Amino acid sequence: MSITNRFWVSLILSLPMLAEMILHPFGWMLPGGEWTMLVLTTSIMAVSAGPFIQSAWASFKKHHSNMDTLVAIGTATAYFYSVYAMITHQAVFFESAAFVTTFVLLGQVFEERMRNNASNAVEKLVNLQAKEAEVMRDGKLVKVPLSSVVVGDLIRVKPGEKIAVDGVITKGSSAVDESMVTGESMPVEKRQGDHVIGSTINSNGTFMFRAEKVGSDTMLAQIVELVKKAQNSHAPIQKLTDQVSNIFVPIVLMISILTFLIWYVLIGASVANALIFAVSVVVIACPCALGLATPTALMVGTGRSAKMGILIKNGEVLEKVNDLTTVVFDKTGTITRGKPEVTDIVGDHKQVLSLAASLEANSEHPLATAILAMAKTEGVQTAAVTDFQAIEGKGVRATINGQTAFIGNDKLLADYPITPDLKQRVAQLQAAAKTVVFVGLADQVIGLIAIQDTPKVTSRAAIAALKKRGLKTVMLTGDNQRVAQAIADQVGIDSVIADVLPADKANHVKALQQAGDVAFVGDGINDAPALTVADVGIAMGSGTDIAIESGGIVLVKNDLRDVDRALAISRKTFNRIKLNLFWAFVYNVLGIPVAAGVFYAIGITLSPELAGLAMALSSLSVVTSSVLLNRAKISTNVSEAV
Amino acid sequence: MIRILVLIVGLALIGFIAWWFFGKHAVATEAADVADNVQQIEVDVNGGYSPERIVLKKGVPAVLNFTRRDPSSCLDRVVFSDFGINRELPKGEKQAINIDTSKAGEFQWACGMDMFHGKLIIK
Repeated sequence: MSITNRFWVSLILSLPMLAEMILHPFGWMLPGGEWTMLVLTTSIMAVSAGPFIQSAWASFKKHHSNMDTLVAIGTATAYFYSVYAMITHQAVFFESAAFVTTFVLLGQVFEERMRNNASNAVEKLVNLQAKEAEVMRDGKLVKVPLSSVVVGDLIRVKPGEKIAVDGVITKGSSAVDESMVTGESMPVEKRQGDHVIGSTINSNGTFMFRAEKVGSDTMLAQIVELVKKAQNSHAPIQKLTDQVSNIFVPIVLMISILTFLIWYVLIGASVANALIFAVSVVVIACPCALGLATPTALMVGTGRSAKMGILIKNGEVLEKVNDLTTVVFDKTGTITRGKPEVTDIVGDHKQVLSLAASLEANSEHPLATAILAMAKTEGVQTAAVTDFQAIEGKGVRATINGQTAFIGNDKLLADYPITPDLKQRVAQLQAAAKTVVFVGLADQVIGLIAIQDTPKVTSRAAIAALKKRGLKTVMLTGDNQRVAQAIADQVGIDSVIADVLPADKANHVKALQQAGDVAFVGDGINDAPALTVADVGIAMGSGTDIAIESGGIVLVKNDLRDVDRALAISRKTFNRIKLNLFWAFVYNVLGIPVAAGVFYAIGITLSPELAGLAMALSSLSVVTSSVLLNRAKISTNVSEAV
Repeated sequence: MIRILVLIVGLALIGFIAWWFFGKHAVATEAADVADNVQQIEVDVNGGYSPERIVLKKGVPAVLNFTRRDPSSCLDRVVFSDFGINRELPKGEKQAINIDTSKAGEFQWACGMDMFHGKLIIK
């Protein structure tokens, strides 16, 4: 019989006894008196409390004990004593056995529901998957179930449809809502060559894409796997409860026997009164609240953060976040975009860019790529070039529209004149650690293009938020001091460690750990050792697989501001765990003495019924507090305006 | 007189509880049967797990068949925290749990409330 049915049976059978208890002072008597009570309670004991006894006996044989042991002993004692009392014509307390059973079952009914609530997050993620896909087979588009999609398949996605698996767009373009995977609320524009993520929703366009990852390799599947592991991981703080739970029940049983002995033998109370105190002790003790305190909060906390695009890998990480004093950032790809971009154009904007793009059209140099990207976004036309020739170690020269045009580095200045005005701008740009490219026409330098690996727009806000938290921020980079300092000044980093060899990153993190716990934020293969060494490794979601593997927290959205959010939610979750544990302990530590009658002298006692109710509420309140973590406000210092 | 008798019985009972629950008792240990390159083992869930310690061979795919006979909601889930497994055990139904045996070591499993524990040894 299910817990819910057991609860209803015991509730309905308890009601006449409840009525008797309330109406007794007004002269109403339960028809049949003690005999009715005996029949009702016996039924409850057999149907509703029976499974407790069965389970308690099964574990007793294995030298184990659990909550059921306490409930079974408590109710059975009350019941059998009452039968004995009835035979010997003394006062009975059948209703205690009945009410305790009802209350405990009530608590379990709610608790079961709450626990299912807490663990639902992952199932919801899995349900996001598309059920089928339109796949090109033998030149025709056919609908196939998701499971028969293989790597290399060409799949068509129509507006409003879910993207089946991970892949790359081969034709068409669209805006895609990726919020379910990344937490990013704005739709992302995707065109040919862009990656799409399975389970995200296509909004307006139709496109074809080639499947690259299917089944358990897809990003969603990996996220689900990570979240599952995190939700069921063991937080170190749990070791305490592990220890306690092993000895808890036997100790309570001993305390209960002692309670009886003290009341009956030493103080000289009646058997009935001494027994009531002993039963209350057994019934109020609640090992479940202790056992549930950590796992339920961990489950809700990690599930919620996953929805925000922050994957926290386990409970250990969650705990360590609390002691952080320093956050170390990798520069390239973490604080900066990771590829050079044009930051300034000096001279006639359009003319300079057009000339530069025409000259660099066929080059694959990173600086050329930056110029061409800029020209493309601005829609600048390139002109046909003739007489193309390289100037060794300096740049290139060609004829455009009958005039000689050139582009190159500062060594060109030996061959061509430059105005003092431009010269001054060059000095300025170089001081800001930018690479300057010179563009000229007809033997005269006419403009400058400054290129730099620029910080992401969100970096500054992200770092400000961490500093507000009182954390020290450090940037670690292989670049030279001048470039590193310029970037650090732009984003507001406290200190810079430059000229670091890739192999030395981990050593620098270790050195910083002397002063306190360190978090490291990075994305590259060379960051993996530092991510592992750091107390908390935070990997950017766009990073290499090895970096993601090494990190304790993964930021799916790739937004540096999520570092602060990750810290905020980790702290919140850990605090909730501590709060739960505190209440669970306090509850037992205070409840047991009260139930044992320690405060009898000042008039505070607990009947077994109240003790049963209190016990039911205690585990319920712990689970509720964990589920409420879903609603708790996460206070971050990130200002939304960028 | 009767009070003294009760006192003696009570103290004896306390002693018995201490010995029964805290004393050293043999833990049921079993190794899985290997057939067709799969190792299988039946785990009975009733007032705890039997066996409580399971020895698996490294590298051979393993299936643990959990059957819950215990009515307690305490045991209605089984959690392998190292493997990210958290499975509901409906009463009386056999639940096959696949274990990745690629890494050797000792792994704990527990019930949903972390009250009952079992140990998995992969070697």
